[in-house]
Amino acid sequence: MISCKNISKKYKKVQALNDISFEVKPGEIFGLIGPDGAGKTSLFRILTTLILADEGFASVDGLDVVKDYKLIRERVGYMPGRFSLYQDLSVEENLNFFATVFNTTVEENYELVKDIYQQIEPFKTRKAGKLSGGMKQKLALSCALIHKPTVLFLDEPTTGVDPVSRKEFWGMLKNLQQQGITILVSTPYMDEASLCDRIALIQKGRFLTIDSPQKVADSFQKTLLSVSAENMSKLLTDLRAISEVESCFAFGDSHHITLKDPTSTHKQENWGPQKKNINDIDLTINNLKMMLEAKNHINVVIKKIKPGIEDCFMELSKNNL
Amino acid sequence: MTLKYLLEKEFLQIKRNKFMPRMIFILPFVALALFPLVANFEVKDINLVVVDNDHSSFSARMVQKISSSGYFRLNKVSADYQTALYNIEQDDADVILEIAPGFEKNLMNFQPAGVLISTNTVNGMKGGLSSAYLSGIINDFSSEIRAEHLQNNSKLKANAIEIIPRYDYNPHLEYKYTMVPAILMMMLAMLSGFLPALNIVGEKEKGTIEQLNVTPVSKFTLILSKLIPYWVIGFIVLTICFLVAWMFYGMISAGGYLQIYLFAAVFVLAFSGLGLVISNYANTIQQAMFMMFFFVITFIFLSGLYTPVSSMPDWTQALSRISPLRYMIEVLRFIFLKGSNFFDLKWHFAALCGFAVLFNGWAVLSYRKTK
Repeated sequence: MISCKNISKKYKKVQALNDISFEVKPGEIFGLIGPDGAGKTSLFRILTTLILADEGFASVDGLDVVKDYKLIRERVGYMPGRFSLYQDLSVEENLNFFATVFNTTVEENYELVKDIYQQIEPFKTRKAGKLSGGMKQKLALSCALIHKPTVLFLDEPTTGVDPVSRKEFWGMLKNLQQQGITILVSTPYMDEASLCDRIALIQKGRFLTIDSPQKVADSFQKTLLSVSAENMSKLLTDLRAISEVESCFAFGDSHHITLKDPTSTHKQENWGPQKKNINDIDLTINNLKMMLEAKNHINVVIKKIKPGIEDCFMELSKNNL
Repeated sequence: MTLKYLLEKEFLQIKRNKFMPRMIFILPFVALALFPLVANFEVKDINLVVVDNDHSSFSARMVQKISSSGYFRLNKVSADYQTALYNIEQDDADVILEIAPGFEKNLMNFQPAGVLISTNTVNGMKGGLSSAYLSGIINDFSSEIRAEHLQNNSKLKANAIEIIPRYDYNPHLEYKYTMVPAILMMMLAMLSGFLPALNIVGEKEKGTIEQLNVTPVSKFTLILSKLIPYWVIGFIVLTICFLVAWMFYGMISAGGYLQIYLFAAVFVLAFSGLGLVISNYANTIQQAMFMMFFFVITFIFLSGLYTPVSSMPDWTQALSRISPLRYMIEVLRFIFLKGSNFFDLKWHFAALCGFAVLFNGWAVLSYRKTK
C-alpha cells in the first residue's frame, strides 16, 4: 500500500531522512515510533506529496508520489501534527468544506465517519477553535476521512491528548482498520507501539528496526533490571558511575539498567542451566544493592523486568549515535 | 465548482472576523475624510514681523496690502532687525520684512527701493512659499505705484507685461482636489495588497494551508479563491471613497465612473497579485507585513502622490515607471478632474494590465504546493 525505497531528505545542514526503505501492507496499522525531530513528519510530508525527497522512490496505493501526486491527493487522508482546520469555522462548516473540496458530500460518506462524528455532533455549531483537545482530534480525523481515503496518514495524532481520549482514539483507528483503511501513524509515545500491527523505530532520520511490536520487544538480548531508591537523581549518577553497568536510563518511577557482566547476558542464559542463571542474577542484584547502599541509598529496590519497546529503542539508539 | 466552495469559505471567514469588515469600512472613510485636510500644502497664517525703517505712507500702505492678503498675520512691528530675528528664534514669527530707509523717496524717484525678506526655512516648503507670496504681493504693489504715477507722468512706460493666470481643471488651486484621487488610490492599493498577503500567510501560520494542500484543489483555483474576495472588497472600498469624496468635498468625477471602475478592477488585481507573490515568499505575518510595507511605501513615493514625478531626479523618474500606483493616480486625477476618457489613457491601461499579468503570473508560478 505504501512503499519507500532509499528515501533521503536533507534540509540545508540537517539530514532529516537517511536512506529509508519500508513497506506497509494493505489494511495494516503501521506505527512510526521515535522522538521529536527523528524525521517522522518529513516522511509524512513526502508520502502526502507536500515535499519532494532528495533521493529515492516512494509510492502510495501504487501511485508514484512525484508523478501521480494529483491522484494521491484524492486518495489519502492526512492529519498533520498541528491542528490545522479552520478555527473560525464551525464543526459542521469544516466538515462540509473538506467534503466539498474533495468533490463529495458529507452524506455520501457519512457511514465511515459516523462513529467518530456522532461524538462531536452535539457541538456542530461550535467553532472549531473552541473545541477541547480530544474533540479537535475527532473533528480532524472526521475531516481527514470524509472523502473516503484508502490510506490514512496520522502525524502524532495523540500528542497533547489526555490518556482517556488517547485510548478512545486508538479504538477508533482499530475500527477504521476493520473497514479496510491502511493507516500510517506516528507517535512519540512508546506505549502506543503495542497497538500497531507493525512498527518502525526511527531516530535521526534512520530506521532502527521494523517489525511487529512483540518481535521488537523479544529482540532485546540483555537482562534488564529496574532500580529504584529514595533519591532518584543521585541514583542515576551513581549507577552510571558503576563500571559494571552498561547503560542506565531514567524511566518514570525507576531506572532501567543493563549490565556488562557476561554471565547475565541472554546468550549465556540459553547455554547454562536455568537455575544457575537465576542464582547469578540474584547474586548480581545483591551485589548491586550492597554497592548502592554503601553510597547511602535507602529503600533500594532492584527487580528483573521484561523489556518494553522503549528499552529496545534506547538499546538500539545507542548504536545509532 | 470547487472555486464556489472555496469562495464561500473565504467570505464566511471575512464575515466571521470581527475586525476585518470594520477595517474595510473605517480605513477608507477616515483616510479620505482626514488626509486631504491634513496633507495640505497651502500655506496660511504666516506670522510676519515688519521692521519699517522708512515710516512713510508708502511703507504703511504696503504693509496694509500684505496683511489684507489673507496669507499673513502681522504679528509685530519691531524697531530693528535684531529684535525681529529674536522673534523668529522664539518661533513667534516666520518671516521678517525689512523696509529700507528712503523707501518712499526712492520709489517716487524711480530708483530701486530696498526691501529685505528674511524667512525661517526650517520647514523648507513653508519658508519658500511664504517668501514667494510676499514677493508676489510686493511686486503687485510696485506695479500699482507705477500705474498711479503713469497717470501723472505719461512719459514713463508702464510695466510691459501683465500676466493673467488661469488654472485649468482646478480653478481655485485647491490642493485637496489633487489629493483626494491620489489618497483614494493609496487606500485601494493598501487594502488590496495587504489583505490577500496576510490572509495566505495567516493560513500558513495556522497550518491550515497544509490541510488544503493535500486536497486535489489546483493552485490556480486556490489563488483565484484568494483574489476574488479582495477584488470585491476593492470595489466596495472604492465606492465608499467616492461617497466620502462627494459628501465631504462635493467632488464628483468629471469623467465617467464606469471607466474608473474598469481601471480600478485591473489595478486591484495587480496589487492583490503583488500581495500573493509576497505571501509565497513570507512565512510569517510579520515578514509579509514588512515586505508589503517596503513595496507599498516605495510605490507611493515613486507615484507622484506628494511630489510631481517630473520634479524627481531622472533616475527616479525612470524608476517611477515600475510603480503601478503612478499610473493609477494619474488615471484617477485625469478622469476625476480633467474628464479624460479611456482612449486618452489607453497606455496607462496597458501598463496596469501588464502589472496585473506580471504579478499574478508570478504568484501562480511561485506558489508551491510541493516544495
